[in-house]
Amino acid sequence: MLAWTIYISFLGALALLLLPSRSAALVRTLALATTLVTFAITLTAFLQHRSGEMFTVVDYPWISSMGIHFSLKADGISLTLLLLTGVIGVCGVLFSWDVDHRIKEFFAFYLVLIGAVYGVFLSFDLFLLFVFYEIVVIPKYFLIAIWGSTRREYAAMKLVLYSFIGSAMVLVGLIAAYVVAGSRSTSLGDLAGYQYSPHFQMWAFPLVFVGFGVLAGLWPFHTWAPTGHVAAPTAASMLLAGVVMKLGAYGCLRVAMTLFPLGLAPWGFHVLGLGSWRDIFAVLAVIGILYGALVALVQKDFKFVIGYSSISHMGFILLGLMTLNQIGLSGAVVQMVSHGILAGLLFGVVGRMVYSRTHTRDLPALGPMHLNKALPFAAFTFVIAGMASMGLPGFSGFAAELMILIGVWHSYPTLILFVGIGLIAGVAYIWRAMQQAFFAGSTPAASVAPPDHPLPPITFPEKLGAGILICSSVIVGTFPQIFLNVIHPALNSPLFQGLRKGGW
Amino acid sequence: MEGPGMTQDMNSFPWLTILTLLPLVGALAVLALGGRNKALVRWTALAFSAISLLITLVLWHSFNSAADGFQFQELHAWIPSLNVSYRVGIDGLGLLMLLLTSIVVPIGMLASWQIEQRVPLYFALVLMLQTCLVGTFTALNFFHWFIFWELALIPAFFLVRLWGGSGSARAAMQFLVYTMVGSVAMLLSFLAIFLTTKTFDFTELATLAQNGTLMPAVVAKLGWHLLTPGHVALVIFFGAFLGFAVKVPLFPFHTWLPSTYAEAPSGTTILLTGAMSKMGMYGFLRILLPLFGAEMQRVLTPLLWLAVATVVLSAYTAWAQKDLKRIFAYSSINHLGYCLLAFFAVVKFTGGDTALTAQKFAAMNGIFLQMFNHGLTAATLFWFIAMLEKRTGGMRGLDDFGGLRKVVPVFTGLMGIALFSSLGLPGLNGFIGEFLIFKGSFPLVTWATSLSVIGLLITAIFILGVIQRVFSGPLKEKWAQLPDLTLGERLSLVPVIGLMFALGLYPQLILGVVNHTAIQMAIHLRNF
Repeated sequence: MLAWTIYISFLGALALLLLPSRSAALVRTLALATTLVTFAITLTAFLQHRSGEMFTVVDYPWISSMGIHFSLKADGISLTLLLLTGVIGVCGVLFSWDVDHRIKEFFAFYLVLIGAVYGVFLSFDLFLLFVFYEIVVIPKYFLIAIWGSTRREYAAMKLVLYSFIGSAMVLVGLIAAYVVAGSRSTSLGDLAGYQYSPHFQMWAFPLVFVGFGVLAGLWPFHTWAPTGHVAAPTAASMLLAGVVMKLGAYGCLRVAMTLFPLGLAPWGFHVLGLGSWRDIFAVLAVIGILYGALVALVQKDFKFVIGYSSISHMGFILLGLMTLNQIGLSGAVVQMVSHGILAGLLFGVVGRMVYSRTHTRDLPALGPMHLNKALPFAAFTFVIAGMASMGLPGFSGFAAELMILIGVWHSYPTLILFVGIGLIAGVAYIWRAMQQAFFAGSTPAASVAPPDHPLPPITFPEKLGAGILICSSVIVGTFPQIFLNVIHPALNSPLFQGLRKGGW
Repeated sequence: MEGPGMTQDMNSFPWLTILTLLPLVGALAVLALGGRNKALVRWTALAFSAISLLITLVLWHSFNSAADGFQFQELHAWIPSLNVSYRVGIDGLGLLMLLLTSIVVPIGMLASWQIEQRVPLYFALVLMLQTCLVGTFTALNFFHWFIFWELALIPAFFLVRLWGGSGSARAAMQFLVYTMVGSVAMLLSFLAIFLTTKTFDFTELATLAQNGTLMPAVVAKLGWHLLTPGHVALVIFFGAFLGFAVKVPLFPFHTWLPSTYAEAPSGTTILLTGAMSKMGMYGFLRILLPLFGAEMQRVLTPLLWLAVATVVLSAYTAWAQKDLKRIFAYSSINHLGYCLLAFFAVVKFTGGDTALTAQKFAAMNGIFLQMFNHGLTAATLFWFIAMLEKRTGGMRGLDDFGGLRKVVPVFTGLMGIALFSSLGLPGLNGFIGEFLIFKGSFPLVTWATSLSVIGLLITAIFILGVIQRVFSGPLKEKWAQLPDLTLGERLSLVPVIGLMFALGLYPQLILGVVNHTAIQMAIHLRNF
């Protein structure tokens, strides 16, 4: 049934293209219906498969001569991320209710993107995964290039080029793995079970990890992300930062770390205190956390603050992956969900609620607009999203970061101090942005004359979208057990056996 | 989960959860009412806080003061993968703090009656703050204790920021950043502890510490080879310590406080000084004392110096202030400094000497009483300042007034009582806490206590100075028509002032309930 998430998304896109373009309402409704149906499917699957163990969704031979199957499977980790995609998919449509330029194509590309993302999360055959991974790039380009804002063609092109370079690295690694294993099968299970030589894994791992890492915002390959997210229209930013970047992290975990676990082993010698690829990526992750946070702290463009904060949060995910213990890895998966929700919220506020009304994202310019009075719902939502983003307990960010931090204490206690600084920097840039955008000069004593052209009020779709996302963050934050129940069995499955030999 | 001597008094009715969530429900109700009928909003908010007070009094009445352990406990599984359970309960200290909160919040609301902008939001934030306070004082598991500890910052920040004075942006930001830095340090320390012990439960951790196994295990687990095991333990301790030291506050982590108290609207200052500052001291007692006793003993002398500095320097600084709110902001630091003095005196290693042990019990009781009495008195003082601001259009400078006793005799009388209570006059509630603290600390840490007496003297000087400058002396023309207390104000002040007398003359009212807990807390220290 889960395969229908892919099929329905693509069918929805097709249906939209065939629709007469006069009725904007019909287009939006159809897009919303499609995403709602796929969300319902992911939710049902999540609730049904409580054990978290891998199960087959679909498995057809495809190109049998090369051992390629159309093979879709899901385990606890996939189910969690599929659910995330479902929620973000719906909310993205809600936040894009106001798009009026070439609506059909917009939502068609949107649905193709969602469908491809579902495809990546479900794919168990590496060839298939790669196909979906590439399909993701195309709608991304068009969404940014046609409907985007600041320097959109440049941003779209940069994003696509980086993505293709990353994918190329992954492709080389995967082909090598396929060939070395005897060119018999491209199934993840088969290749993960094959015992590659340590020497092979030692170069294949960083290649594939960095290849996926580019999309995950691994420092210093992250530079496409802030530009791209800022240029993208709101729904695209939500999807890009919220879900597509998670494809990279997912690839790191699902493909790189399961196929080549020995790539993480110590080299036996040290360079600048680092003794393995694991050390290097852990340090790069921490640099990403700090760099993202500190750069976000000095931005003048509101959306750039959020863009760089995404780099910072993705750093937490990558760090969690490198801890190689159950709690750190679970924390990384929960952080994927958490950041997906919160990035969606933050871009929703900045892009849809504020920018489409004020037509500026310049923080000094937003201050005099007294947005906390003009757009109280936007201010409220940003406060909640900001608090959650900086790890305030009760919300999803805290639960995820807690687990990652415990994992880091276990594996890299020396890095803890830097992560702590990153947390504090996270508080600082959020409050600065919030202060400057919404609450500048805001005391009751300062009497504010009503503006000549009051900003249009927040519409119902925006409120609904924000409400869904806030509730999701609270649920994940107060009941993370729901997700841990399926993530832990997934991490204990045979697929991750090679990783577990490190002991957790 | 079964701590030593856990009482059988596990009342199956979830009183504490209700007490925690009730103000939140009130906040939502108030927001739903909207801004058209401000009076309705205010009375609704006050009604919710009154119900909370009633429930707290019921708990006070049914509390078994002779039992060990926590009462009214509730226990539910929550996140088994992290060994986190929803566990709440109160002992004498927790109950005392709940009572203080449920008294201080209505006072804060009454002092905020004159706020006209965004009234529903204001009272909703106050109620949300109450939820967070109750949550902090009842939580027995670090995970959800920390949730409430952090969440409390949000309503506090906005209360200061949106209704505060001209410097409120900077003050609120300073308050937030300071507290956050402390909280992050505390979180990291606790995560290190969790990594070793796999538990966040306060009782379990206390038991491990009592057996002497907690810190050695943590140190062994972390395996930092650059530092000696002793130093590693101190680093972990310092992280947790920082979180609480900022909140109490302890010198030199106090610099956020005066601006924040001064810039906040007086109703909010009441909440900050009456209840939120007690969160820090509560943390010292509930968390630092059981877990880090040994570490504190090793650095006792520097800690005592900090406590003395807190007491003495803040008193001097209060004396130099010209803004009434700043005077009492620094005075708050001073009064809580006494708690810290006594706390460190209790921590001191005395090797089971029975005479000194009795002094420790006295000091502990003194801390509890001082926390409550200072909360009550400070809240009342800022209430009076709010009343003064309301009548004079926001003025609160020391030199703005003079001779007010001729014009507002009732106000003078009642505020005078509160001022004398703050000074520590015997017969009023402020005396007994300070007396027990000094009585208990003097034999334990003579030098520090002697130096702290300076704080008492300076406090007396500046409070008498306030009385003289504000109430005596020549009357300024513009205040000749100042209205005295209204009937409503008098009626609401009577119970509070009455309580000051009652506790001053008969402190057994509180001591009877908290004494056992105080003794238990002191006894359960390892190496005490």
